[in-house]
Amino acid sequence: MAKSIASEFTKGLWEEVPPFRLVLGLCPVLGVTTSMKNGIGMGLATTFVLLCSNILVSMLRNVIPAKVRIACFIIIIATFVIVVEQMMAAFAYTLFMDLGVFIPLIVVNCIVLGRAEAFASKNGILKSTADGLGVGLGFTWALGLLGAVRELIGTGSLKGDVFGLINWNFQNIFGSSFEPFGFAVQAPGAFVILGLLLCAMNLIPSK
Amino acid sequence: MGEMIKMVVVLTVLSVVSGGSLSWIKEFAGPKIENQVMNLVKGPAIRSMLSEADNDPVEDRFKIKDGDIERDIFVGVFDGVANTVVMESTASGFADKIGMVVAINMADETLRGVAVTTHKETPGLGAMAKNDPNFAAQFNGKSITAPFAVTNDGGKISALSGATITSRAVCTAVNNAVSSYNQLKPQLDEQIKAMGK
Repeated sequence: MAKSIASEFTKGLWEEVPPFRLVLGLCPVLGVTTSMKNGIGMGLATTFVLLCSNILVSMLRNVIPAKVRIACFIIIIATFVIVVEQMMAAFAYTLFMDLGVFIPLIVVNCIVLGRAEAFASKNGILKSTADGLGVGLGFTWALGLLGAVRELIGTGSLKGDVFGLINWNFQNIFGSSFEPFGFAVQAPGAFVILGLLLCAMNLIPSK
Repeated sequence: MGEMIKMVVVLTVLSVVSGGSLSWIKEFAGPKIENQVMNLVKGPAIRSMLSEADNDPVEDRFKIKDGDIERDIFVGVFDGVANTVVMESTASGFADKIGMVVAINMADETLRGVAVTTHKETPGLGAMAKNDPNFAAQFNGKSITAPFAVTNDGGKISALSGATITSRAVCTAVNNAVSSYNQLKPQLDEQIKAMGK
């Protein structure tokens, strides 16, 4: 039993990491990853919603009637999204402004609804917690990696913080002769770099 | 029939619990968000409008009762005389409300500056009301005796291209600020007398 909980957690981190393996939830993946900071912030916000909605849906899975389950899931998810939005505006306002409309859009993020429908509504609380945490953290590192690559190529630097807890600031990593490639931080660049990362992921065999 | 009732009950209970907890969250986060907006959005906008003032308008703010609501008033001191007040106002834009700060020079009743603080307008079109300094600059120095309107409506403000509704809303917000200024003028005069040297 313990082993399966651990495997529910780790599958989200590598085998089923949403943007790369499942190619799901691409709207925020392409939209907010102009910098590593925004990517990680968005990922953590999604993780919180995913974790809370998974736990609640799993707790209520025997109460929610099958015919209105999607409506119930949406109410639960939307509630947690507003909680995240309000908290982010109260404590991390600059990040809130950077992410803008993508925070309310977590409601319609197919990963969150997908985990509620496909996993949490059929499994116990412990498994659902592990699943939500794993998929959420997988989403976070994927967004962070994509954001880091785009920020590096697009600006030549990495700079930011996560809710003021961890700071990083690397200026001109490629030396002063590096010419920032602005294409990488624009929308078309997001597609190209996501494609290259997908390609790199597929070169590493999943077990 | 039993299933029907269960569906209704479950959905109702879920909605009530969700609505209740959200209103609690709003109460908890509201003042903190207001604080953040003051420090990071309104504060810089007001300071840049009144950059030549002798005092810090954000520090020297006070509240005035206007009917049931309390308004924040920011005061700018120029050459030792407190003659500029900044009013906040809103108007409905293309999407949601547009929040503005409007600086009025009380000595000659002209606008010293206007700035958009909060909005949800379309990026690249309506959002230019905040990002394009030339648009807001049209209001500078204009007398507040006549209401503001875009050229299409017979006024003097040239609208942002592709964003007439936003431009109209900005004019409306400025007019709202002016009318509440006129209404509160006696109280403002009294409050301000003490300021400056």
